[in-house]
Amino acid sequence: MTLPILELAGLRKSFGELEILTGIDLKVTKGELAFVIGPSGSGKSTMLRCCNLLERPTSGAVMLEGRNIAASGVRLDPVRRRIGMVFQSFNLYPHLDALGNVSLALRKSLKLPRAEAAERAAAALERVGLAERARHHPAQLSGGQQQRVAIARAMALEPAVMLFDEPTSALDPELVGEVLAVMRELREAGMTMVVVSHEMRFAREAADRVIFMDQGAIVEQGTAEEIFGAPKSSRLQAFLARQAA
Amino acid sequence: MDFSDAFLNATVLQKYAPSILSGVWVTLYLSAIIVVAGTALGLILACIRACGWKAVNFVIIVYADILRALPPLVLILIAYFGLPGVGVLWSSNLVLFIVLTLILAAFAEEIFWAGITSVGKGQWEASRSTGLGFAQTLFWVVLPQGVRMGLPPLTNRAIAVTKMTALGSVIGVPDILNQATTAQSFSGNASPLTLAALAYVALFLPFVLLARWLETRFAWKRT
Amino acid sequence: MEQIAQQFFNLDIMKASFPMLMEGLKITFLLVLVVVPLGLMGGLVAAIASGAKSRWIRWPAYAFVDFFRSMPPLVLLIAVYAGLPFAGIRLDPFAAVALAFLLNNSAYYGEVYRAGIEAVSPGQTEAARSTGLSAPQTMAYVVLPQAVRNVLPDLVSNTVEVVKLTSLASVVSLSEMVYQADMARSVTYNASPIVLAAGVYLVLLWPVVRLISRHGRKIAS
Repeated sequence: MTLPILELAGLRKSFGELEILTGIDLKVTKGELAFVIGPSGSGKSTMLRCCNLLERPTSGAVMLEGRNIAASGVRLDPVRRRIGMVFQSFNLYPHLDALGNVSLALRKSLKLPRAEAAERAAAALERVGLAERARHHPAQLSGGQQQRVAIARAMALEPAVMLFDEPTSALDPELVGEVLAVMRELREAGMTMVVVSHEMRFAREAADRVIFMDQGAIVEQGTAEEIFGAPKSSRLQAFLARQAA
Repeated sequence: MDFSDAFLNATVLQKYAPSILSGVWVTLYLSAIIVVAGTALGLILACIRACGWKAVNFVIIVYADILRALPPLVLILIAYFGLPGVGVLWSSNLVLFIVLTLILAAFAEEIFWAGITSVGKGQWEASRSTGLGFAQTLFWVVLPQGVRMGLPPLTNRAIAVTKMTALGSVIGVPDILNQATTAQSFSGNASPLTLAALAYVALFLPFVLLARWLETRFAWKRT
Repeated sequence: MEQIAQQFFNLDIMKASFPMLMEGLKITFLLVLVVVPLGLMGGLVAAIASGAKSRWIRWPAYAFVDFFRSMPPLVLLIAVYAGLPFAGIRLDPFAAVALAFLLNNSAYYGEVYRAGIEAVSPGQTEAARSTGLSAPQTMAYVVLPQAVRNVLPDLVSNTVEVVKLTSLASVVSLSEMVYQADMARSVTYNASPIVLAAGVYLVLLWPVVRLISRHGRKIAS
C-alpha cells in the first residue's frame, strides 16, 4: 500500500450559508491520473482550488505527502511550489514572454540563479513543444500555445502533483488536441495529476480513475470502464445521458 | 503702438533673458524632484493600500481625497503663511516642493490603485499557485501591469501638477513666471512675459506630446 | 497643539471672516457658471476640429490644444491680464480670467471630447450617414451623445479641476473666495480664514471626488 501523495479528508467548504463541498474524501496515489467529472456547480473546481489552498476549506484536511497543509501556521508558498495548477483561462502574465512566465517563480520563489532558471524554463518549454516560442508574449500566442506555456510554468517547478481546472474549456475545438497531447505525455512520464474536465474521450483513454461529483460530494468513482460502461447511481446515469445528447 | 516693440523688444529680451533662464532652472529642477518624489510616494501608498489594512486604507483614502479636492493655491497659502506661526520656517521653494509633491502623490496613488485593481484575480491566483508570496506577486506580476495601465493618466497628471510650480511666484519662488513678472514691471514692457510663455511651452510641450503618444499605444491585448 | 489650533483653526477669526468668504464664494460661483459652459463649448469646437478631414483644420486644432496644455494656467492668466494692455486691450479681472480660462479649458475639455469621439465605432457614423443624415447631424445626434456618455467621468473630473483653478483669479485681484480669505489672513496674521476656505472647497468638491473614484473602480472591475 503506497502512501497517497494527495489526500482530502472530510473536506468541507461553504460560502456564507451556501455549502459547496459537503465532505470530500479522496486519495490520489503517485503516478495516478484522477479525472473528475460532474455537472457545473457540483463543486469540482472548488475542490481543486482547496487542494492548493487558493480556497481555504471550512473544515477538513488536505494532506500533501503525509502533511496537513490546511492546518493553521503552514507556510503556503513552499507548499504551493509542490502543487502545480493549470487554469481554465491560462492566466499567463501578459507583460512577460513565455520564458519569463515559466522562469519567474523559479527565480523569485525557488531562488535559482537567472541562468539556471532560464535553462530549466527553456527545458520545460521544450517539453510542451514551444522551444521556438520562448520569446513570444502571450498576446502573440494561440490559446492552445498559451495553455501549453501555462502547463510548462507549473511543470518547471517539478511539483509532486498537478491540478488541471478545465484546461481545455476556453479553447477553440481545433486547439484542444495539442493541450491534451501534452497532458498525455506528462502522464506517461509519471506525473500525478488531478484533472477537472469535460473531455470524456480523454478520460476514457487516459484516466486511471474517474470520480463523479454532484452537489458537493463524490457520488461514485471507479475505472473509466466502470464509470462510463456501468454507472451505478441514477445521478451519474442521468449526467452521462445528458453528456451523450 | 508697435506690436513687436511691446512683445518682442530685442533690447528688453536681451537684458532679461539671463534672469528668465535662471527661472527656467528653478522650474526645471523643482518639476523634476516633484515628479520623482510624488510618483514614488503615490506608488508606495498604493502598495500599502493593496495590503488591505482597513484603518490604514481609510487614512490613505481620506488623504488622497482631500488633496485632490483642494485647490493647490489654497494649500500653498496655508503652508506658507500658516506654518511660520507654529514655528516651522520653510523656504518658499521647500513649501512649493512639499505641497505639490503631496498633491501629485494623492493623484498618483489613485492612478496606481486603479491599475492594481484592474489586474484580474486570475493573475494573483496563477502567481500564488507557483509559490510566489503576496509581496512578490504584487511586485513582479501585478505592478508591472498596473503601472503600465496608469502611465498615460499619470503623465497627464504629472504635467498638470508640475505646471503648478508657476504658483510658486505668488510666494516668491524665483521661477520663470516670477522672473518674468519682475522683469516686466521693471522694463514696462511685455516682452519678458512672451519669453516666459515660450519657455513654458518649450519645457512642457515635449511631455504633452509624450502623453499623447502613450495614450495611443498603451493598451495591450489581455489574455 | 494649542499653537496649531490657534494658527489654523481659530474659530473666532473664522467666524469673523465667514461673511467675507461668502461674498467671495458668490464670485467663485459666478466664475464657475461662466467659465465651465465656455470651456465646454470651446472644447467641443476644438475636438470637432481635431477630427476634421482637412489637415488645414486638424493641425491648427492640435497645435491650439497642445500649446495651451503646455502653458501653466497662471502664466496664461497673467499674460492676458498684464500682457494684453501693451497691445491696447485692457480687460477687467473678470474678463481676463474668463478669456484665459476659455483658452485653457477649451484645450483640456477638447482632449476629453476627442477621446470620447474616437471611442465611438466608425460603424455608427456609417449607419447614420447611410440613413441620409448629414455629417453635422450625424455628429450631433449619433456620435456626440455616445461620446459624452463614454467620457462623462472625465468631463466631471475636469470640471472639478476648473473649479479649483478659479482660485487663481485671486492673483489678479478678482475678489473670489481665496482672495477674500487671503485678505482676511493678511489682516489677522492668521491662516484660519484660508483653512476655512479650504473647508468650503472640501464641502463642495469632496463628494464629487469620491464619486469619480468609485466610478473609476467600477470601470476597472
